Amino acid sequence: MDHPHTFDVIVIGGGHAGCEAALAAARTGADTLLLTQSLETIGQMSCNPAIGGIGKSHLVREVDALDGAMARVADQAGIQFRVLNASKGPAVRATRAQADRDLYRSAMRALIDDQENLRVFQQPVVDLLLEHGSVAGVVTNMGLRLRTACVVLTTGTFLGGRIHVGLQNQPGGRAGEAPANALARRLRALPLRVGRLKTGTPPRLDKRSVDLSKLAEQPGDEPTPSLSFMPEPHPRQVSCHMAETNPRTHDIIRRALDRSPLYAGLIEGAGPRYCPSIEDKVVRFADRTRHQIFVEPEGLRSGELYPNGISTSLPFDVQLALVRSVRGFENAHVTRPGYAIEYDYFDPRDLQDSLETKALAGLFFAGQINGTTGYEEAAAQGLLAGLNAARKAGGLAPWHPRRDEAYLGVMIDDLVNQGASEPYRMFTSRAEFRLRLREDNADLRLTEIGRRMGLVGAARWRAFTAKRSERQRLWAALDTAKIKVGGEAARRLAAQGGKPVTEDIRLVEYLKRPEVGIGQLVDVGLLPAAIDPELLRQVEAEVKYAGYIKRQDTEIAKIRRHEAIALPAGLSYATLPGLSRELQQKLEAARPATLARAARIPGMTPAALSVLLLQAKKQGALAGAA
Amino acid sequence: MVCDEEGRCRDGGSDLRASTDTIAAVATPPGQGGVGIVRVSGPLARSIGEALLNKPLPPRHAVHGRFRHDGELLDEGLGLFFPAPRSFTGEDVLELHGHGGPVVMQMLLDAVLTGGARLALPGEFTERAFLNDKLDLAQAEAVADLIASASVAAARGALRSLSGQFSQSVRQIDGDTLELRTYVEAAIDFPDEEVEFLSQGRVGERVDGLIDSVERLRRSGRQGMLLNQGASIAIVGPPNVGKSSLLNRLSGESAAIVTDIPGTTRDLLKVDLVLDGLPLRLVDTAGLRDSGDPVEMEGMRRARSEAEQADLIIQVSDAAAHEASAPLFAADRTIQVENKIDLTGAAPGLAPGQWTSIRLSCLTGAGLADLVALIKAQVGFTGEGAAFSARHRHLQALAEASTALQAAAQRLREQAPGEVIAEDLRLAHQALGGITGEMTAEDLLGSIFRSFCIGK
Repeated sequence: MDHPHTFDVIVIGGGHAGCEAALAAARTGADTLLLTQSLETIGQMSCNPAIGGIGKSHLVREVDALDGAMARVADQAGIQFRVLNASKGPAVRATRAQADRDLYRSAMRALIDDQENLRVFQQPVVDLLLEHGSVAGVVTNMGLRLRTACVVLTTGTFLGGRIHVGLQNQPGGRAGEAPANALARRLRALPLRVGRLKTGTPPRLDKRSVDLSKLAEQPGDEPTPSLSFMPEPHPRQVSCHMAETNPRTHDIIRRALDRSPLYAGLIEGAGPRYCPSIEDKVVRFADRTRHQIFVEPEGLRSGELYPNGISTSLPFDVQLALVRSVRGFENAHVTRPGYAIEYDYFDPRDLQDSLETKALAGLFFAGQINGTTGYEEAAAQGLLAGLNAARKAGGLAPWHPRRDEAYLGVMIDDLVNQGASEPYRMFTSRAEFRLRLREDNADLRLTEIGRRMGLVGAARWRAFTAKRSERQRLWAALDTAKIKVGGEAARRLAAQGGKPVTEDIRLVEYLKRPEVGIGQLVDVGLLPAAIDPELLRQVEAEVKYAGYIKRQDTEIAKIRRHEAIALPAGLSYATLPGLSRELQQKLEAARPATLARAARIPGMTPAALSVLLLQAKKQGALAGAA
Repeated sequence: MVCDEEGRCRDGGSDLRASTDTIAAVATPPGQGGVGIVRVSGPLARSIGEALLNKPLPPRHAVHGRFRHDGELLDEGLGLFFPAPRSFTGEDVLELHGHGGPVVMQMLLDAVLTGGARLALPGEFTERAFLNDKLDLAQAEAVADLIASASVAAARGALRSLSGQFSQSVRQIDGDTLELRTYVEAAIDFPDEEVEFLSQGRVGERVDGLIDSVERLRRSGRQGMLLNQGASIAIVGPPNVGKSSLLNRLSGESAAIVTDIPGTTRDLLKVDLVLDGLPLRLVDTAGLRDSGDPVEMEGMRRARSEAEQADLIIQVSDAAAHEASAPLFAADRTIQVENKIDLTGAAPGLAPGQWTSIRLSCLTGAGLADLVALIKAQVGFTGEGAAFSARHRHLQALAEASTALQAAAQRLREQAPGEVIAEDLRLAHQALGGITGEMTAEDLLGSIFRSFCIGK
């Protein structure tokens, strides 16, 4: 049975990657279908109810700068907002929102339902239709064939998912939901490297059974920050709480390790190093007598709490005992057991930068299927995959940002070149050009290119261009206006406790002084008071980091030159003279597309790069002569 | 990335030819006497030359003058300036012709580097020439081979200069930098954790300690105490074939004990000498033979390691006792010597056959001149000052690391935010990575996760 309609893009999966993929494709004008097992779980937060955080909020802002959904939805659903690293500089400050699960889901669903060119359909997908070595459509479990130019797969943990609680395990894509095994078998038949990863969640608690008065309160920031460049009003704000484990908790865990699927060897998938389960923490850091638990509300009306920090796959009786050993949780009722989940992922080194698979034209992957973890990582990939699927369907060249342009660029480059040996999560330390890739300038970095590609709508474009004009005026003022010795401004700045001005100085030079903030210049009337505070922060960061950013420009210029040099696809590295055996093997495995990629392979030497450069030039010249 | 209104995108502004930096190197083979040339290519070439000679350099004219740096007279010679594109590399090129001795050449090069150039990588001049279409397509293969061989020589040079104390110190500094970055980066990426990473890491103290270590190493490096110079030649072969006699012949002095009892040279004997202006280090190794004697076995182990690191291997055999055997180590850098032709009466000189082989007599000296010519041909080409430039590059990397660390210390005193200090430390680590091998973000994250219990 054939569906009567032929689509440009079909997105399979309605999680954070799927939603952004479908919305992005539709925004650029592609005729798009979002296909999911369950329309009710579109925009579901299956792990902890929070968006953002260090490194991750940068991705959220980039999605937002390209007019994606995540930041706006989180603003509408956020019930506690904090800026992390507030004591540090602007490059590493990160916004984190505690979200109400129900509000988040319904806000996301509303955006999907409102989106032009986008339709939804509920059916499990069991197979892909292939024609002439390309994707031509999908088949659902009732035998319905849907035809399309491109498919974006965002199946999360559903491919071959297996849930572990204690020594028992069963197939599942998420607690209470079926895995997508038929599709997993189909994909395993493609020439893609497949692996297993593991992640986990903590047991959830009944709010009424927890004594919050025994826990430390952690209120949100005042004034309440926002994630989006175009902020939406927030719902009522609430606090989180902090609990902690103790030696008795750790004893309970140690005594039960023989019943842990992790330590009994039942789980083959690699878990992340940075978010270890509580049993991992207790074993690997045996000298610690306490570990923090962030007690997060699941929502304004929800009766459940999410104890972030005690992810576990121990048997239920142990989970209950360890929870109840914590001060404040003595009488806690567990509403859902914690579990570990193992799932298939595909080696992202088999992807192109566009997130299209190398093996099958028209098939794109985004999210956990690529070995990443986190809503934000998924959303950013989803947006890129949806965009590129639509561009391919429309006969346009793919696009992706570079490492010096966006965290999204860092992530794609890491995934495609280094692969993922553990669930990949964003950290600011992954970004070597961290000082330029800030929350405050994601719009400056991406909105214009987004507009040109049809991703950015009229409202955001207007707001952005207005901000950009104001920015030019602000820079002009900083560059030309001077603080005069003995002038009124100098006197007032001195009165604020600043170092005295001993000669006439331009505002930008004055602002470079470590102890000076841009707010002072506004306070004393050197800059107009009506300027957007976000813009002030952006420009202040540029001034403060100027020296470092200039130095990085040289580094980036060199990388760009190398980025423009394509390495021949069929190059036989094993026979190239001047390369060590080790480098030959690494190059054979990675098959870098450009010289810049090759340069990032660990152990690469300048001399080896020269050898590659000459090969590239030689073959390019030959091709040009032919 | 530039995109038009239809959304068609292309990479913009990438020009292969737009080299932003200026490179420099000694262009003549290392040696003493004659004329030495320092070659400079890139946008700063002319200004560096005019500053050194303190007079204008009109295009394509040899200008005679004195090279001065910081008021000190370095040498007297010629400066030639070739503006782009009509030059060897297609860029602005400066040639400084001086009096050639290694010390003078190094001082001249140092002055050029101080002027803003950086030391060229192996084959980089040729590479730029090639990229600017100064070499035709047919030469591409030759250029690739040249760079390949230069890189092998440089790698060997680096290995040698990195042996012993120097490499130990660099590794120590590199490890300490990683540990320091672990604290600083963890404080940035995991602010919700309770660990007070920065105070626990005692960052200020550690930075000061690192600066001390780097500076100590730079001082000793500059004094040439830790680094060897010149191409190295290992003399290998079975016992009692005349390895030590050959060493003595070449060095012209009796530095090794030469006896007729097999296995006398149990330890390595090293002699630095200058052969027709070519600085060499000859290493006489223990005789390679099966023996149960632990002392002899240790000597042989060291002989092997020496041969592996050497630029050139001379494998000696006894012409009277048996025929030449196959090379024991890398054939492409082995010269076979059939010694004692005074006993067999064979003609001295290059012997026909599969391997590069010289027949000679250490007793009479017949055939020695042929050996010396062969050594010069082999080492003089591939050497390209490999060890010399490797050493120079290491010192330059240490200087960069030191600058970055001092910036970090300054920022710490100003109580600058963590990510700024982290950037200086990243640059320091990157500079050290140029000596020890590249370091990736994954290594850093791995170190963070090993050191701290992080995550929720």
